[in-house]
Amino acid sequence: MSDKTETVEEAAGETGLSQRLYGALSRFEGPHTIGTSDRFWLGFLIVVATILSYPMLASEFGVLTTTTLFVWVFLSLSLSICWGYAGIFSFGQTAFFGLGGYTFGVVGINLLPVTGGTNLALLAAILVPALGAAAVGYFMFYGRVSGVYVAIITLAVTLILELLFSRTAGAEYAIGSAQLGGYNGMTGIPDLTLGAGPVVIELDTMGTFYFVVGLLIVMYLALRYVLNSNYGYLMVATRESEDRTETLGYDVRLLKLQVFTVAGGVAGLGGALYASTGNFISPPIMGLAFAALPVIWITVGGRKTLIGAILGTLAVRGLSNRLASAGSELAVIFVGLLLLASVLLLPEGAVPTINQYLQQRFAPDKGEQP
Amino acid sequence: MSTVTTVLDLLTIIASGFGTLVLVALGLAIIFGMMGIINLAHGEFIMIGAYATALSYQQGIPLVLAIVVGGFVTGVFGVIVERLVIQHLYDRTIDSMVATWGLSLIMTQSVLIVFGPTLGGIGTPFGAVSYGSYSASIYQWVLAAAAVFLLSVVYLLFNYTEYGLHAKATIEDEETARSLGIDTDRIYMITFFVGSLLAGVAGGLFAPTISLVPSLGGSYIIEAFVTVIVGGASVLVGVPASGLALSIINGGAAQFGGALAGRVALLVVAILIIRLLPEGISEYITEHIRG
Repeated sequence: MSDKTETVEEAAGETGLSQRLYGALSRFEGPHTIGTSDRFWLGFLIVVATILSYPMLASEFGVLTTTTLFVWVFLSLSLSICWGYAGIFSFGQTAFFGLGGYTFGVVGINLLPVTGGTNLALLAAILVPALGAAAVGYFMFYGRVSGVYVAIITLAVTLILELLFSRTAGAEYAIGSAQLGGYNGMTGIPDLTLGAGPVVIELDTMGTFYFVVGLLIVMYLALRYVLNSNYGYLMVATRESEDRTETLGYDVRLLKLQVFTVAGGVAGLGGALYASTGNFISPPIMGLAFAALPVIWITVGGRKTLIGAILGTLAVRGLSNRLASAGSELAVIFVGLLLLASVLLLPEGAVPTINQYLQQRFAPDKGEQP
Repeated sequence: MSTVTTVLDLLTIIASGFGTLVLVALGLAIIFGMMGIINLAHGEFIMIGAYATALSYQQGIPLVLAIVVGGFVTGVFGVIVERLVIQHLYDRTIDSMVATWGLSLIMTQSVLIVFGPTLGGIGTPFGAVSYGSYSASIYQWVLAAAAVFLLSVVYLLFNYTEYGLHAKATIEDEETARSLGIDTDRIYMITFFVGSLLAGVAGGLFAPTISLVPSLGGSYIIEAFVTVIVGGASVLVGVPASGLALSIINGGAAQFGGALAGRVALLVVAILIIRLLPEGISEYITEHIRG
């Protein structure tokens, strides 16, 4: 808290505008998210600008690959808020990711000819997984299930969904005009088509890229805002000690239910983006191998920070994609070693460790500044 | 006659299901129960056991001996893993899950690179038995018998050896055990060895019945995991009880709705038991027997 007042006071001497800017910015800053300095926000702007100008330099295929990479970040962020910040170790976030993708497919295929857009499909793909997460969360948290047992229940849920969706081969498994397609998956899922009536935009590769990046930036800032509010502090308190938080009079069960529900919605949004960019989704996305992926990414990057989750996903997924497409048999071994090394050497993850190092190295109170 | 056949069929399914679940879960349960380590590479330990058994068998070693070899190879491998990785993860249950998942990726892929996509199988011994239209492989019953045998060995190990005594003391209160001169580090290492050895023996026993592919561990890990958690803290009561309960549910559902229905039923029941009996079946049984 003292950080915030300092920032505001520092700025007090300057013009009213920058004072208000600093005041607004401080709401996005706090001990549980990385980056509070001016330098950080400047860097943030530069990174955003670079990403936004990227499609002008890259091939269409490159843009598509990068979009898919960014889509996974939603899954990681969803796991980071429930595991990294609230201490709910879900091993089955892919359940909600997959559910979001399938919901988007079913609603999109049925409603696109009627409404001309996929707005409702996108909305449904957030709401249905959120409801699903609320149901699972109520079942777990109000039954006092916690720790490893949460991991097992969520894993079982995602595996059950995988098995059930694999079973849906054949014409009788259709919702409206959408065929679920069994193990081979659902095809013909529409592209994102936003707007209504006369102003309908079907997003092409570039459009989808900007839409996904835009959503990601909004999501990141919104999460920073929430995590640095009292609610965010409460999440961290729950992670650190449920008993103590409860003794202080907070309803931990309700908090975990809320966080898990929102995380389900975020994963569902990711699933919808995944299904629409590939026009396809299939049951293995909810299987054991995929369920472990977000756990790997955010462990390597640093699950207790949003940036760690984001960079971990981009780096590990990007690198293993590159190795795999180069035909290397070692891609999987590389990921495994990375995971082992992270847990043993950098248990907090790479990003927080590097950040801590940089802060010590360049701490303003330590350096001899003229 | 058809009733007899149906009953025999169902019994065989339950017996082999019980055997399989107990065999895959026993090693994992000992490691989890005693050390708080969740070894997600347990399926790959089973795979190592199966591979070592098959390779020794192909060298002309009799099957029973080959299975023992498979067990010891896996046990020694387990000790190496324990020294390099696991010993840093005591009291970090969730980290142990994440790290051993990385280990499982490395093991599967390394075996794929070294031995290729499949290893020549070994035939199922003992042939089949039939009664009217009922026919089953005797080996399915051998698996159940082996499970009971290994359970007894573990019982003897923990109740009638010095290691067992020290191990129980270590679970009860590590600090006191250490102050009384028990080398708890060594106990943990031996425990991991025993757990890995049991996984290897399980793999060796499965080797004649499955196709030997590097990813074979993946099909066991969930069953193993579910059996352990449903069973609860007390290994020797929990594992057989949950193995029996789950195999009845799995076998029954599979009989009516196919293998997939069996798997779904298994997972659903696991979820319900975690919620309703958070301490596992073993706690429930011990409480109700004691009154």
